[in-house]
Amino acid sequence: MIMSDKRERHILLTGFGGQGIVLAGDILGKAATLYDHKHATMTQNYGPEARGGACSSQVIISGEEILFPCVEEPEILVCMSQEAYTKNIKSLRPEGTLIWDTDLVHTRKADLRERTFHIPATRFAEQLGTKMMANIVMLGFFSAVEPIVHAEALKKAVSDSVPASTKDNNIHAFNKGREYGQAIIKGAVKPEPGTHQD
Amino acid sequence: MNGDEACCEGALAVGCRFFAGYPITPATEIAESMSRRLPKLGGIFIQMEDEIASMAAILGASWGGVKSMTSTSGPGFSLMMENIGLGICTETPCVVCNVQRAGPSTGLPTAVGQGDMMQARWGSHGHYEIIALCPASPQEMFDMTIRAFNLSEYYRLPVIILADEVVGHMNERVIIPREDEIEIINRRKPSVSREDYLPYEADADGIAPMANCGDGYRIHVTGLTHDDRGYPAMNAHAQEQMVTRLVDKIRNNREKIISTKNFYLDDAEIVVVSYGISARSSMQAVRNARNEGIKAGFIKLETIWPFPEELIRSVAPQVKAMMMAEINGGQMVLELERCAHGACPVSLVSNYGGAILHPALIQSAIAKAARGKI
Amino acid sequence: MTTSKPTKNVPPHPMDSLLRTERIPHIWCPGCGIGTVFSAVLAAIKNTGWDPNTIAMVSGIGCTGRMAGYIRLDSFHTTHGRALPFATGLKLARPQTKVIVVSGDGDLFAIGGNHFIHAARRNMDLTVICVNNLNYGMTGGQQAPSTPLGAKTTTSVNGSPEEPFNFSYLASACGATYVARWTAMQVRSLRSSISEALEKRGFSFVEVITPCPSSFGRRNRMGSALEMLKFYQGRSVIRGDIDPKDASMDIDKEIVVGKFVDIERPTFMDHYEKFNRPQMPQWRPLHPDTQKGR
Repeated sequence: MIMSDKRERHILLTGFGGQGIVLAGDILGKAATLYDHKHATMTQNYGPEARGGACSSQVIISGEEILFPCVEEPEILVCMSQEAYTKNIKSLRPEGTLIWDTDLVHTRKADLRERTFHIPATRFAEQLGTKMMANIVMLGFFSAVEPIVHAEALKKAVSDSVPASTKDNNIHAFNKGREYGQAIIKGAVKPEPGTHQD
Repeated sequence: MNGDEACCEGALAVGCRFFAGYPITPATEIAESMSRRLPKLGGIFIQMEDEIASMAAILGASWGGVKSMTSTSGPGFSLMMENIGLGICTETPCVVCNVQRAGPSTGLPTAVGQGDMMQARWGSHGHYEIIALCPASPQEMFDMTIRAFNLSEYYRLPVIILADEVVGHMNERVIIPREDEIEIINRRKPSVSREDYLPYEADADGIAPMANCGDGYRIHVTGLTHDDRGYPAMNAHAQEQMVTRLVDKIRNNREKIISTKNFYLDDAEIVVVSYGISARSSMQAVRNARNEGIKAGFIKLETIWPFPEELIRSVAPQVKAMMMAEINGGQMVLELERCAHGACPVSLVSNYGGAILHPALIQSAIAKAARGKI
Repeated sequence: MTTSKPTKNVPPHPMDSLLRTERIPHIWCPGCGIGTVFSAVLAAIKNTGWDPNTIAMVSGIGCTGRMAGYIRLDSFHTTHGRALPFATGLKLARPQTKVIVVSGDGDLFAIGGNHFIHAARRNMDLTVICVNNLNYGMTGGQQAPSTPLGAKTTTSVNGSPEEPFNFSYLASACGATYVARWTAMQVRSLRSSISEALEKRGFSFVEVITPCPSSFGRRNRMGSALEMLKFYQGRSVIRGDIDPKDASMDIDKEIVVGKFVDIERPTFMDHYEKFNRPQMPQWRPLHPDTQKGR
């Protein structure tokens, strides 16, 4: 079920440099524009460090032209680091969806919304060979729990965006995340207990 | 693709085959894309030792007959200024893309600014006219890079693309037209014999045909004040003649050069003028204001220089107020004030850089102006 | 060369075909060594037998920079210090053209020093002629990176407190494929070195020690231009086989002259083509005619 309305969907992907946060945002935007034929913008915030600095990617997807490209109050917030979570959680809309990497973020109970999902994306990626693919596992998971763009479109965009030699592994990683997400939605799998700060 | 990559693709589509540059955030992706793409097309990418050398190299390549460009951001743009002047004086076609960050000095390398507007206009010493374009999206980075090359080839001068960090790094869909749908203008070649050719003798429209190095005309090119032969002429008369032509070839053709997009001007009472990334926030603000019943209008500047003087002069007496939305302490607003010439109040909506203007900020300025407070 | 006004009865000069005769008289002072170097450059060019339409000259700013204004070739008088990067762009865009850079010591090694070391490092296929007159002549004789320690200039009235560069050593250390130094008195050797430099692939460099009688000579009480020429020649020792680092450039002791470097090394374009060839199925030199459009 894909949202067909024209309103803007605001997504904020966050983490630290080197996790492929910007690439994930790029893939999401590509899937929406090139394969789902919608409008999308992706802008990024990053520090001077190539690795390790706070990093975010702001994606807006809409049926109409997008003017102001900033995501200020995301309706979907994806956190792949504790710093990113602490920094951005307050911006999430009350009715918004929070998604995080189970192992990398300790949430606060007070922050949790009705719609919360988490996946040990980095751990899964490591099991698949390299934690570099955590962003792709997360995208697969995202496609299952927040079907804003078609999974097939996302898969095509993943294939377009990663080095040819790693394409199969990345699609595998995407599927792993997606299957985990679908299982959780269906209730077939109980999510691992997340860790809380409080 | 992002705006920087779109700039590269636009340049290649219009026939750019030489790029010299130096890494600098947030323009580095243009150089990186060029280094990947140019060799496949038989072109040359060279990373120079600094931006001074980059600018000098593209001038040399242009005289070698090859369309050339460089890209940079604030600090590098400052270093290029002297050779931009050489390009102006010697009438050398080339393109410089400045992906603006917030300044002064090193400023905010990874964050947006629009503070180089006046530097683009007046940054090199002496008096001259310039052409500068302001893209507001990756698609416009593609389209305007093509236009920048066409203008530079036609009018024979360095044309500046004043992009900014957000447009450069923003990813959006870019539609690349078929090769035969892209308009390509190449420099005018001399039509007279080698004996009769005067390198700086202009045709009726003020543009002098250009012989490249190796065409057999054995040209002399100098940054000294020169006569029609291109030879140094050290006197006030020659200076008057040369600069008049450099200035007039742009001024007299400004109607053909200037490009704006006008929205809701027919009944507008409050008109916002903006450019680049700020134009998007402004458009949003104007739409929101319209939804609230305020008769707001919008002028999007696609060419920044030359400034659309006539348009502003004609609009100003018809409206209650005009405002400029830009990310600097108030640069283009000075032009707006000058051209409105007291016919309506003019104000500024701005910040000093680091973040793009919020539509709400512009919208509240529109609402205030509508209440007669400016 | 003559500095007197040309008259109708003057017989044609053998180099007229390479001169913009309508621009003569030139601006150089009587006795200046630049004219000698210019003649040597013209003779060397003529000696190659190349079509003049396939040769270009690029210069920076300064007395020597004006050479580009008198030679009847495609010639480019650029900004101060930037002749080398301009020439780099020109050469890469038009590899079929021989590009000669002529400039002074201040232009090439002070304001343009960074460009020099990088152009030599890249082994850009250029011939660089440096007229070294030990000071800034055009602006009236200021201290330059060549000015000898203790020498008087208008910006070092009590003697220059700086050690000068040894340009030939610097050029060789940076990777030049051809390096020679002569004084302006050694015209035949100079001409033959310029000829060799022109024929050389890669970054070739010829340094010429020339008198600047109006400024450097006058302030340092070196006498007339002829006396200066003779003085430099007298100090010179021809050592062709010497390691460039030992090629002393000291007007008080010894000016070692000769050809110091003559080696083969792949140029920038050799490497560029080699590394990019797999990507270049239809590689061809850039040429305006290959530019598409109307």
